[in-house]
Amino acid sequence: MATAVASHAHPPTSTGLDHRKIAIWAFIGSECMLFASLISTYLIYKGRSVVGPFPHEACDPPRCATHLNAILNIPVTSISTFVLLMSSLAMVLALAAVENRGKPGYEGILGSSKLWLLVTAILGTTFLGFQAFEFTSFVHEGLTIRTNLFGSSFFTLTGFHGAHVTAGVLWLLTLLAIDIKRGLQPKDALLVDISALYWHFVDVVWIAIFTLVYLIR
Amino acid sequence: MTDEFTHTNADIDVHAMGEVHEHPTWREYKWVALILTLITVGEVWAYYLPSFVASAAFVPVLLIMSAAKFAIVVLFYMHLKYDHKLFKALFTGPLMIAMATLISLLFLFGKFVKR
Amino acid sequence: MATAAVSPGYAHAGEKSASGLWSWLTTVDHKRIGALYMYTALSWFAIGGLEALIMRWQLKGPNGHVVSAEVFNQLFTMHGTTMIFLVVMPLSAAFFNFLIPLQIGARDVAFPRLNAFSYWVYLFGSLFMNSSWLFGMAPNGGWFGYAPLTTMPYSPNLNIDFWMLGLQILGVSSLAAAFNFITTIVNMRAPGMNLMRMPMFTWMAFVTQFLLILAFPVITIALVFLQFDRFFGTNFYTMTAGADPLLWQHLFWIFGHPEVYILILPAFGLVSEVLPAFSRKPIFGYPVMVYSGILIAFLGFGVWAHHMFAVGMGPIADSVFSVTTMLIAIPTGVKIFNWIFTMWGGNLRFTVAMKFAISLVALFVIGGISGVMHASPPADLQQTDTYFIVAHFHYVLVAGSLMGLWGGVYFYYPKITGRLLSERWGNWHFWLTFIGVNLTFMPMHWSGLYGMPRRVYTYDAGQGWDIFNAMSTWGAVIQAIGVIVGFWNIWSSRKNGEIAGNDPWGGGTLEWSIPSPPPDYNFDVIPKVTSRYPLWDVKSPELTADVPHSKHGDERNDVVVGGKHVAAFHDHMSAGTPEGGVNPHSKQAPTKVPLKTAEELGIPMPYPTIKPLWVAFFMVLMFASLLLIHKDKTQLAITGVIVFAVCMTSFLYGWLTSPLEPEHH
Repeated sequence: MATAVASHAHPPTSTGLDHRKIAIWAFIGSECMLFASLISTYLIYKGRSVVGPFPHEACDPPRCATHLNAILNIPVTSISTFVLLMSSLAMVLALAAVENRGKPGYEGILGSSKLWLLVTAILGTTFLGFQAFEFTSFVHEGLTIRTNLFGSSFFTLTGFHGAHVTAGVLWLLTLLAIDIKRGLQPKDALLVDISALYWHFVDVVWIAIFTLVYLIR
Repeated sequence: MTDEFTHTNADIDVHAMGEVHEHPTWREYKWVALILTLITVGEVWAYYLPSFVASAAFVPVLLIMSAAKFAIVVLFYMHLKYDHKLFKALFTGPLMIAMATLISLLFLFGKFVKR
Repeated sequence: MATAAVSPGYAHAGEKSASGLWSWLTTVDHKRIGALYMYTALSWFAIGGLEALIMRWQLKGPNGHVVSAEVFNQLFTMHGTTMIFLVVMPLSAAFFNFLIPLQIGARDVAFPRLNAFSYWVYLFGSLFMNSSWLFGMAPNGGWFGYAPLTTMPYSPNLNIDFWMLGLQILGVSSLAAAFNFITTIVNMRAPGMNLMRMPMFTWMAFVTQFLLILAFPVITIALVFLQFDRFFGTNFYTMTAGADPLLWQHLFWIFGHPEVYILILPAFGLVSEVLPAFSRKPIFGYPVMVYSGILIAFLGFGVWAHHMFAVGMGPIADSVFSVTTMLIAIPTGVKIFNWIFTMWGGNLRFTVAMKFAISLVALFVIGGISGVMHASPPADLQQTDTYFIVAHFHYVLVAGSLMGLWGGVYFYYPKITGRLLSERWGNWHFWLTFIGVNLTFMPMHWSGLYGMPRRVYTYDAGQGWDIFNAMSTWGAVIQAIGVIVGFWNIWSSRKNGEIAGNDPWGGGTLEWSIPSPPPDYNFDVIPKVTSRYPLWDVKSPELTADVPHSKHGDERNDVVVGGKHVAAFHDHMSAGTPEGGVNPHSKQAPTKVPLKTAEELGIPMPYPTIKPLWVAFFMVLMFASLLLIHKDKTQLAITGVIVFAVCMTSFLYGWLTSPLEPEHH
């Protein structure tokens, strides 16, 4: 940057980094506070519900009118947690495929960004399917968003996370459409990179939720 | 946040400026995935050990395992370990404030007081 | 739109700078968006001031009955909400928009279309919230809307719905703008402008953006809980279901206290630009000013519960929040002393902008000291919910933020419009405001200590409050006259003001190196910066002798400012060419020296686009549809949300898939 920059082009950025990547990291920082507020509320209200069902323990008369099972289904959620973890693996492979297009070692399956984007989106959708199953079965067992404090804070917290996953799936499908239409090249890696950062962040939030909501009693 | 979704700026080629280090490859990623899976298995296993659940170590151990997974995803999958220090600052700063706020709130609502 | 009428003289800067309504609706130019923010915020200032006047007229004497208790509730709620979210924040945003790119030597912000989006969301959101007046359903729960008071059993009408949805919409605007400005400041600084060379206003703006991105998610969630409670019957604030009445208070103030610094730090930044210019001295203790700004912001996240001493949090929590609150007075006091030392020994010029800036320094101390008083829980228990608190926060927000922002308006109006505001009218504006502010808010300390509660719509005689209330009301009237003079000044000076020239005040930072108003590309050649005051390096090097410069001394001779090499620049200055120095007393527009258009210079400029406006419009309609739930038209509400969400998303895709600017290589 020794001389005044020629006027006809954009000057290089001060940090050498792309605007969009800085913005997405600032956005992720902001999202930390969003989910911290949701998780705090869930934990504050934990154990304060007046009526059942409860997350970890069954509820019998006289406390509850009828017998109510402990609501959380750990085996099913463990599987959906694993699915979301694997989607993050597919996501990094999609990014690697775009970044390394044409390089040795990326001719075959590892180089197929379309495949990995599709796999990530499918795994994300699978996670959402598990969540839909979970929500409907909870409603059948008598827990709705109106039932008690646990229902309100649980459905809002996991629902917000699910909404983030949904947005992520739409984003991935958009990238897939671009990839099919014109092929994502190494110069487009940033487009995949920022969506991947968002996707992994949503995964990371689930790691926290899985422990704080599902496992710790 | 993705204002210039399809607009690629020829003058801003991050890689050409050598700011970003090489990302890990399949070789590392598969190990990362394996470790994450193993920790998850450990978490769920711990949940089904009644004596361990009853012990004082249960909550701290689960929190440590969760934090380890969190850190691994952030460092490797989000390649923060290899990336510009600015991004580290943009993430860890807000994360610290968020965690401090969460812990203060739990304290204020008497969650650390034995009843 | 009225604002289109005050279009500055951009006519010479090419096709895209055409004036006319369409050009304003589609603009992505940060300078025009900044001007839109400014004129919109000033319009809401008139409305919010009118609300205050009605309340003051009611309280002029005992047993006043101008408005009913219900209308009074709506007035104080909307006065607070308007002044905070529709006036002070957007007026700060006006300066962020206009100044940040100019001060860091950039041609626009990082995401110009996102910037336009932020403004339109603000405009439509503010219209939405105020449309509640038309239904007689203006929000009535106080600006902090404490739940459970704001839940359905206690507030069954649409008032609170307008408030919570309106705030949610405005939050989107602030967040989008904050990501944009963070990226702009991090990434678009001119060569040589490292962080410790950024102008103080840019620094404080930078800090403010971090407060925004960390504080607004929390209020977003608190509002989501309230919306779910009101619309879907959840239990977040239902005490009978075991909910905690303090949840809202904690979440609100985790947002609310950083919000206080969001309101004051930009004004601090503006004052830190005005004082050096009119003292002809670099700011005193620049690094300490920067660090204290950062420290204020950081500590600002650890003091929220001092708004809640009266709820009984227990001795430990009270002590901790009391201590952190007192700590925050230290960096704030440091700033006050640094401003005083900036003026000390300076070559002072008492322009209107300078008077406003000095009055911030003086009057903010009063608000700051009363703040430290109720940082102590025992004292706070006596003062909370009385007019003493009202006096405190009006001293920091009106005598603090607003004085600083008015100083900024007088200082930067010439850069925005190319013409100076009248100093004669400005002096009337300043002195009426200064006297009015003190006459209004100083007596409130007494009415508060004599026990007058906040938010009462009327009061009985004989409690010792009468004289103080009468003083406050007449003070408010004087303030109103001052504001009218100020508005008249802004209106008349846009045609009749003296021509400003590049640098009417002898400033030291980059924005003064380019024409007023700036061409749409700002800088024809990106400047190269070697110190904190690049323009003083060129024009008055003696002022910056003590300021650190780049190591290679001869680099100073290589400075390019305003597209001119130093030597050439000096020649222009002394020769008094229209670009360098206009005859400052001329009321005639100078013979137009045609500036080159962006096209002639080959600078790629973003296309104007209407899409951000449509995205904002449909987003606001989407939120507004939710109102129908409480009219028992849930089906219609859901249909509305879905239809408008689809419209919004399709315009969003259109925006994201269309190129920002012409291809270039």
